[in-house]
Amino acid sequence: MTVAVAMTDITKRFVSVPVLKRTSFELRAGEIHALLGGNGAGKSTLMKILTGVYAPDGGQIEIYGLPVHFRSARDAKAAGIAMIFQELSLVPTLSVAQNICLNRELHTRFGLIDEAACTGIAAETLQQMEVDIDPRQSVASLSTSQRQLVEIAKALSQGARIVIMDEPTASLASNEVDVLFSLCRRLKDRGIAIVYVSHRMEEVFEISDRLTVIRDGVNVLTTETEKATLDEVVAHIVGQRAKNEFAWHSRAVDRTLEPMVSVSHLTTDRLSDVSFDVFPGEVLGVAGLMGSGRTRLLRTLFGMEKVRGGSIRIAGRSAIFARPDQAIEQHVALVPEDRRSQGLILQHGIRDNIILPLLKKLSRWTFVEDREGSKLVRRLSEDLNIVSDSTYKPVGLLSGGNQQKVVIAKWLGAGANILLLDEPTAGVDVSVKTQILSMIRDLADQGKSVIVVSSELPELLAVSDRILVMREGRVHRVLERPEIGRTDQAAGESAFAGDEESLHRALQAV
Amino acid sequence: MVDDKVSPASTAKTEKPAVLNLAKLRFEWRLYVVYFAFGVIFLTFAVTQAGNGFLTVTNLLNIVSETANISVAAVAVAFVIGAAEIDLSVGAVAGLASVTAALAVDHWGLALGVACGLGTGLLIGLVNGALVTRVGIPSFLVTLGMMGVASGIGMWITSAAPVPIQNDLFNGLFGSGFLGPVPSLVIWTAIALIVGHITLRRTSYGRRILATGGNEIAARFSGINTRNVKYAALAVSGLVAGLSGLLYAGRYESGRYQWGTGDELSVIAAVIIGGASLFGGQSSVVGAVVGALLLTLITNGLILMGLDISQVQVARGALIILAVALAKRRLTA
Repeated sequence: MTVAVAMTDITKRFVSVPVLKRTSFELRAGEIHALLGGNGAGKSTLMKILTGVYAPDGGQIEIYGLPVHFRSARDAKAAGIAMIFQELSLVPTLSVAQNICLNRELHTRFGLIDEAACTGIAAETLQQMEVDIDPRQSVASLSTSQRQLVEIAKALSQGARIVIMDEPTASLASNEVDVLFSLCRRLKDRGIAIVYVSHRMEEVFEISDRLTVIRDGVNVLTTETEKATLDEVVAHIVGQRAKNEFAWHSRAVDRTLEPMVSVSHLTTDRLSDVSFDVFPGEVLGVAGLMGSGRTRLLRTLFGMEKVRGGSIRIAGRSAIFARPDQAIEQHVALVPEDRRSQGLILQHGIRDNIILPLLKKLSRWTFVEDREGSKLVRRLSEDLNIVSDSTYKPVGLLSGGNQQKVVIAKWLGAGANILLLDEPTAGVDVSVKTQILSMIRDLADQGKSVIVVSSELPELLAVSDRILVMREGRVHRVLERPEIGRTDQAAGESAFAGDEESLHRALQAV
Repeated sequence: MVDDKVSPASTAKTEKPAVLNLAKLRFEWRLYVVYFAFGVIFLTFAVTQAGNGFLTVTNLLNIVSETANISVAAVAVAFVIGAAEIDLSVGAVAGLASVTAALAVDHWGLALGVACGLGTGLLIGLVNGALVTRVGIPSFLVTLGMMGVASGIGMWITSAAPVPIQNDLFNGLFGSGFLGPVPSLVIWTAIALIVGHITLRRTSYGRRILATGGNEIAARFSGINTRNVKYAALAVSGLVAGLSGLLYAGRYESGRYQWGTGDELSVIAAVIIGGASLFGGQSSVVGAVVGALLLTLITNGLILMGLDISQVQVARGALIILAVALAKRRLTA
């Protein structure tokens, strides 16, 4: 098999901190190679060196056998290397074809842009990819997954032979993931080499041919995916054997108490007839496809959506909120899905973020009591092990895991009894994931009620006493703990087959 | 620096508040650039222009008095920009407020004159706020339009003529008066500075402003009513522009729609030099006032050096760009 990329003994240090220590990485033509590692392990630095963003301090890079020295991202692009970014780099106001031809437009004899030719190229590329997108459509009208496909089309039309995908499924629903995966397989068959960077183990095992784990700037594992096990991979990422992190720890929930949250026949524009109870000390998992109403449910409980019918009770009292501040007053907290855009103020420091929901409580005569706040922030930082050299450090400079801890700290500080967590482990590495899971367990042990929405079934299974499966705004099924433990049921629900299947797989994996 | 000794792997610790917080300085360098710039330029003029009377108390107080209108308005606009909005109408509103105050003072006396001036500003601020937060028009467009509306009304009701003010108490209070040795314009600046600084840094309203500007969605998720926060910022900006109008009326002993023309640009420049981010979330009242003083200081010093006003303008523009460029700091992971 042809070797597309051979990176040998790459070293890179920032100021005096070594980020990569003689790391090697090999990518073959026509393979999908998963690149794994914790946050800060060095995998993004390695990819930035491959795409010419950083120059290595030492080591060699060969592309199809030829040694290269990239001086800029342009050089790498010219060598056929393309990166598909998490935050997509398309201009929303231009059409698909205009984006694909951006900055290398074809011209007519008179020096004007030849729109027809551009559209032709775009159409041809999309057709080769077997993707059904009209090149004349504006990018703004496309879904996230379609935009990603256009991004890939753009790379291919520029002659990319090596494609790097960074967390490509982070914002995709599971049927969209299937589309992406089948595209990846077709590209592979055409001899294109794909680096697949992801935190999602399930996907890595499904799609990749080989995988490489980077830890502390060193390549600690490169192996055929078929020969690897989940445990082995996680152990290499974490660095020590993570024991039973994804295992269920049983806890006693007293169902004779009054429920902390009691929802009955809740109906909104997007939800219909949703009913469930959550007891003190209980974790309710919510599973379902994107758009199934999972996030809507949390937003409704938090007073961000209009309730059309049914009731919500908290500790027995009616609790339909019109605004988030009313929910906060009743000790309800929502940790939103996208912490960077919804949970944090990135340019503000750790402490200012944490005390934000507490302003009312921490203020006397509208003056903020800074000393109280600092004490609280110090305690929470210690409790949650937030790693930073200063509480004034803008949270935008922290790692994803630490950012997520700051968001959670914010709500614990606010004295929340009912925590609504929307995808709490999205985009954080395995070791932080396990920390977040044990944090959820601790919260339940303290008698708090937690509702967790997650696309990662192993994680839901690890913490939930019950799992609510949602579909099209309704509660499709409720899995009780004894039932969750069983692996042999529920094959006959055809309408939900896709998700049932993955739930099933996840059930067996645990 | 003290906290460099702390290993970066330690758990976040809370620094004791200090006069100049080094930890904060490290991350918010842009907030402090204005003071360095002010210090350097002040020292330069102090050394080179001492013989021309730069360092005399009269000249220094003059610089502060001269800047009062910009300083006062900059305090309010620091909140508006902190909340990621903009107010372009402050100069025109000051002009209109000077006119309404002048008309009212002569008809109904001091108290109603002041009330009319401030009321005019507040009314326009409320309209701006409503259009931005309730109708959803960007503040840039709303206040751009309001700039024309305000100065048009001022011109219309006075037929473009100045309205003289004979009330000496008014003129003293808002213009040429003194409290002991301190000119009243300096006192107004100090009041705005102190009230504004404490509000922005020490009250929950100030935190809400910066949170709203920093990330409106996250602020809403934290239970902050971001629309009301923005509404209040724009309303207060109008009110304070009204105060600036009173200061013009007092200084020039007349109301005129042209007072304050072009102030909005100096005000925004002062706020940005003072450390605010045009995208919101970061702002400083002290910085804004020092920024405003810096602009006058440069003008004053360069004129003492014998530069022509046209050359002064070039130098001033260049220094604004330089100060902002120095403050630019990229977030790196």
